[in-house]
Amino acid sequence: MTSLAYDAVVATIAVPAVAALILAVVPFWRLASQINVLASLLTVLASAVLLWHRPAPSALFLIDDLNIVFLLLNGFVGFTTSVFSASYIAHELQTGHLTPRYLRFYHAMYQVMMVGMNLALITNNLGLMWFGVELATLSTVMMVGIYRTPASIEASWKYLILGSVGIALALFGTILIYLAAKPVLGTGMGAMQWTNLLHHAAVLDPAMLNVGFIFLLIGYGTKAGLVPMHAWLPDAHAEGPTPISAVLSGLLLNVALYAILRFKVLLAGSAATIEPGILMSGVGLLSLFFAAIMLYRRRDIKRMFAYSSIEHMGIIAFAFGIGGPLGNIAGLLQMMLHSLTKSAIFFTVGHVAQAKGTQKIADIRGLTTSHPLLGWTLVAGVAAIAGLPPFGIFTSEFLLITSTFARAPLLAVLLGLGILLAFGALLMRMTTLCFGEPSPGSHPITASSAPIFLHLGIVLLIGLALPAFLYDWFAHVAMLLG
Amino acid sequence: MGFLAPLLSTETSLSVAHVLAGGLVLVSFMMLYQDRLSSVINVLALHSAVLGFAVGWQAIIQNAPELYITAGLALGFKAIVIPLALHRMVEKLGIHRQVEAVGGISLTMLAGIGLVALSMVVMLRTAAHADALAREDVALALSVILLGMLMMVTRRNAVSQIAGFMSLENGLILAAAGAQGMPLVVEISVAFSILIAFIVIGVFLFRIRERFDTVDSTTLDAFRGEMQ
Repeated sequence: MTSLAYDAVVATIAVPAVAALILAVVPFWRLASQINVLASLLTVLASAVLLWHRPAPSALFLIDDLNIVFLLLNGFVGFTTSVFSASYIAHELQTGHLTPRYLRFYHAMYQVMMVGMNLALITNNLGLMWFGVELATLSTVMMVGIYRTPASIEASWKYLILGSVGIALALFGTILIYLAAKPVLGTGMGAMQWTNLLHHAAVLDPAMLNVGFIFLLIGYGTKAGLVPMHAWLPDAHAEGPTPISAVLSGLLLNVALYAILRFKVLLAGSAATIEPGILMSGVGLLSLFFAAIMLYRRRDIKRMFAYSSIEHMGIIAFAFGIGGPLGNIAGLLQMMLHSLTKSAIFFTVGHVAQAKGTQKIADIRGLTTSHPLLGWTLVAGVAAIAGLPPFGIFTSEFLLITSTFARAPLLAVLLGLGILLAFGALLMRMTTLCFGEPSPGSHPITASSAPIFLHLGIVLLIGLALPAFLYDWFAHVAMLLG
Repeated sequence: MGFLAPLLSTETSLSVAHVLAGGLVLVSFMMLYQDRLSSVINVLALHSAVLGFAVGWQAIIQNAPELYITAGLALGFKAIVIPLALHRMVEKLGIHRQVEAVGGISLTMLAGIGLVALSMVVMLRTAAHADALAREDVALALSVILLGMLMMVTRRNAVSQIAGFMSLENGLILAAAGAQGMPLVVEISVAFSILIAFIVIGVFLFRIRERFDTVDSTTLDAFRGEMQ
């Protein structure tokens, strides 16, 4: 059975890599979008196999309880987004926003991004993880600029420059971690493997680990959209194609956070280092407040939900920073639900923007009257992301606030305040977007609502009754996170 | 050239390594006060050349032949090809004579000195237990990285920002080469070269000039779609 497990690990990278090569040469966009869906499906199936057949850690790969959560979520949202993307781009072609030539490029880049993210998740090597994140960044930069409008070019330039500085700092942090490990583990690959590092965490040079972690937090934090290095995120979300906004929010931010989490576990293993959780929860709280306030001033619908992503990444970083069994469970739950909900919202918003021909909030009104299906889905999505019951995010935020109350009451008050601030902004915008007199001007569209309903359905189910197996699973992962 | 290693005393090899790494910091400072694009690019070429020699020296004293690839990449690609491409770009855009308004050179230099002092204080203390080669190298490398970031935030021009990023990245390669026996250094330097080629091609490809009539990235802000 181990060979099956090993094949599955390789498949999570090989399938998208081969698909990227094929997609780069397939000239028919309809076929290409089908290949894209098929490849994404195969990737998620390969990750699902790992649930039952897990290979032993090797020099290259490490599959444990933590990254399998990320890997599955990644594969699942990657798959549903590819389904959404197929109908989205058909409309973009009709309206002439994209040409078939760019689509070939777009599909190939989509799979390259999956390669990068999966590589970063499954590797046992610090250097390869860094490389995976870089690859995913570059491919998304290309896709953000694909419309070639001045705004999208500015967005991708900003993303490229800030993202490059971020990965540069992350690399410096990685070098410092290597230097911390070198005296103990010797030179060479051994000193860059997670399993080795974790095993010897207690005897690594603590001062070096501290400084290294700060660079890693800033570096990968840039990619995770944490304040103050978040500036690329709203532009990239607003100006790129909507499927990319969905995967940026739903997947790439998580992968960057995963990297930070790994290093946090490493520092936690050493008694002499600083408490990494304090830094993480501080940055998280800052992101939450900043984004919650910024939400009030948004005029572009995709930009608004991009700020909501910063807000949620803040909450998730805070949860993992607070740590403890409940904090970590809340963080994992919040991360999963945010990915599902936010990508569903972006799917809906993408169709709304196509139907209305604009992304300006002021020009979109009364959606529930003019497009009942889209309108009510958006209502449900915003209610879910704002943390209203019965949706799952209410559960995870409630869990987080109560568990924080037990340990640091003041922080819990601040957290609650930040969440309420964001809540107000989102509901205020939702009422004008979805209710009232519909704004004039709309185009017929063929929406693919299956991915949206699937995502929101899962979020609703988890909110109504958190399945026992999920709780047990996350509780197990939470122990690993410490 | 690994045969040279036994001929050198530890002291000599360390001193030369430090001179080269210190030289890189110095060139970073030179870059800060250039106000012409073409001279920024020339200093960048010098920066990459110094890096090439520094990494080459590390290859000799560490007896690590794979580092010659990184050194060669710095000397060939980053010191010659990229600067030439940038010169061409600047000329094509007709901004080679353009004088950049770099607000307050003296203030920037002071900030730069502050950053170098900061990285010395932090890294020398942090790496107190590391071997001498890695300790000073990492401290100087962090200075180069921070100076590169300073360059990026004080400049508005896309070409200067590329130069700032490349000097930052040179600092990283210096740190990676100085961390004795670090695996993947060569792969990482190749990955970074691809990234840089990507950025440079990106400017060509995006034709920032055509769209905006300038490569001044401040004008890009006007297109944010959220003008208040």
